Amino acid sequence: MYTYDTYDQAMVDARVAEFRDQITRRIAGEMTEDQFKPLRLMNGLYLQLHAYMLRVAIPYGTLDSRQMRMLAHIARTYDRDYGHFTTRQNIQYNWIKLEDCADILEELATVEMHAIQTSGNCIRNISSDQYAGAAADEVTDPRPWAELLRQWSTFHPEFSYLPRKFKIAVIASPEDRAAMRLHDIGLELIRQDGALGARVFVGGGMGRTPMIAPEINPFVKADDLLSYLEACLRVYNRYGRRDNIYKARIKILIHEIGADAYRRQVATEFAHVKTLGIDPPLAELERIAAFFAPPAYDAANVEPDRTDPDFAVWLDQNVKPHKQAGYAIVNISLKPIGGIPGDATSAQIDVMADLAEKYSFDELRVTHAQNIVLPYVAKRDLYAVWHALRDAALADANLDLISDIIACPGLDYCSLANARSIPVAQKIATRFADMDRQRDLGELKLKISGCINACGHHHAGHIGILGVDKKGVENYQLTFGGSGAEDVSIGKIIGPGFDEDGVVDAVEKATEVYKALREGDERFLDTYRRVGLEPFKEAIYG
Amino acid sequence: MKLLTGNDLGSGAVTWWTGNGWSIHVEDAADVGEHGEAILHAEEGARRVNAPYIIDALPTEDGPRPAHIKDRIRALGPTVRTDLTLKPADPAAGDWII
Repeated sequence: MYTYDTYDQAMVDARVAEFRDQITRRIAGEMTEDQFKPLRLMNGLYLQLHAYMLRVAIPYGTLDSRQMRMLAHIARTYDRDYGHFTTRQNIQYNWIKLEDCADILEELATVEMHAIQTSGNCIRNISSDQYAGAAADEVTDPRPWAELLRQWSTFHPEFSYLPRKFKIAVIASPEDRAAMRLHDIGLELIRQDGALGARVFVGGGMGRTPMIAPEINPFVKADDLLSYLEACLRVYNRYGRRDNIYKARIKILIHEIGADAYRRQVATEFAHVKTLGIDPPLAELERIAAFFAPPAYDAANVEPDRTDPDFAVWLDQNVKPHKQAGYAIVNISLKPIGGIPGDATSAQIDVMADLAEKYSFDELRVTHAQNIVLPYVAKRDLYAVWHALRDAALADANLDLISDIIACPGLDYCSLANARSIPVAQKIATRFADMDRQRDLGELKLKISGCINACGHHHAGHIGILGVDKKGVENYQLTFGGSGAEDVSIGKIIGPGFDEDGVVDAVEKATEVYKALREGDERFLDTYRRVGLEPFKEAIYG
Repeated sequence: MKLLTGNDLGSGAVTWWTGNGWSIHVEDAADVGEHGEAILHAEEGARRVNAPYIIDALPTEDGPRPAHIKDRIRALGPTVRTDLTLKPADPAAGDWII
């Protein structure tokens, strides 16, 4: 894992001191809320329905057990004993007091954490593949590049006041586990004739106008990547719509001028930027990459004993192949039946930290699907890990099944939301609680947003649910056919909306149609794409 | 009736204007009638409340009931964590929100 140098630490410490002073002045009345609001947002502090909410950055979703324990400590000491892991691989706390905020950030800084780039119209926390460094299918580890982008983007003077927020994802596998093409910039690291570079996709996103990022460049050499991204951002910064918040994202710019025109402008800008020498020297790349060297693998390739049937189910569902023989990737589901997607108590966070320290070379990942990953677990240790997870109510074997639901906080917490998301997720998960039934349905990614901002990624759900306010009453629209994976697509609204119980019934009817019509190993998404909407619509509305 | 609500500057807690101060309990809220804007500006200026706004509510035997579900959730707490609501012992609390 990357470790701060003296510059990193000094920057974060200075930021804490600065924000402490700003908070003091706000409480003393020397600043109005209008003056203070942009400052607190730059430090990840929102005002939500019930209290202040602090969103803490977890760069590319990677953290160690010391940092994870700090997250538990914050939850226990300053919040209400739990945290909420988000679809941006971050964590947020829902009950923060303004007067505690500087102390919290000071404590976070002691373990190289902060809340910078978790709000505001800047380049947000870089996201990546939660299996980075462990995936059997990756061409390189994307984390050094994500770290380079973090260093480039943090406090970048040109890009601190962009027309709108800006999200970048980096992957290095053909299988997209990070919804890469639904980001403002998506990078897929590839090799071409032995040389490392990136496919560059620009202009994707969800929100009220979902778009799949077009490919702007099929191969940018790794040596040019930073300059090329600088050019991409400069063109956006120059022409992005600052006059209309709903048209300010880069996806709208590219949609309006066209991908070809944008590509040409970037090429022109790149020719200039490349002369500025901002791409790091090889020595700096090597310095960063050294932090992500593979751990000291030493386990023999021993398959775990599958005689315990519950353990075997968990192995099949939540444990993924590793590039190192003898090791596996463990997914910890934060989606217990009837629970709140993404929530974990401080005790559970501590358990996961302990397991990472003991069994996963001290490393964890947060996934955009609001789960946790132990990336380096020896197969010989899987049974012990499962036992410990089970004791902490963290062993739900439902990864990528219908109860592994992404849900935003919705109207239970969020001041932007129009409808509650979590109760719908709970009811659907409870309806499909039977594991045999879930496993029979197979991979079915269900995602729920409580408003059009789409933090719950409903556009990318095989089944998506969007909560809306219909004359003061919660109403839920269903979408089918979305995907955030390499077969990326945007879901389509299937018809009139439902009330809370009605949408649960509609989801169940959709699964019954799928079971009746599926062929071979088809997933729900495959069957929907093959047969179209009509049979589903007939069953749901007929 | 009209209520004035906001968040406490320091704690962020949801608060309701009672006529002579702020309470975290919506049943203490007073009808501000046509005076909401004036109270809002005075209280915000004095830093006794953050991000205040005026809402519609209906009078009931148990006190004011905000007209919109969002404000009822603000008044009581998240419907999915009844242990964290203002009245965790009241099994009917959820009915009040919906």
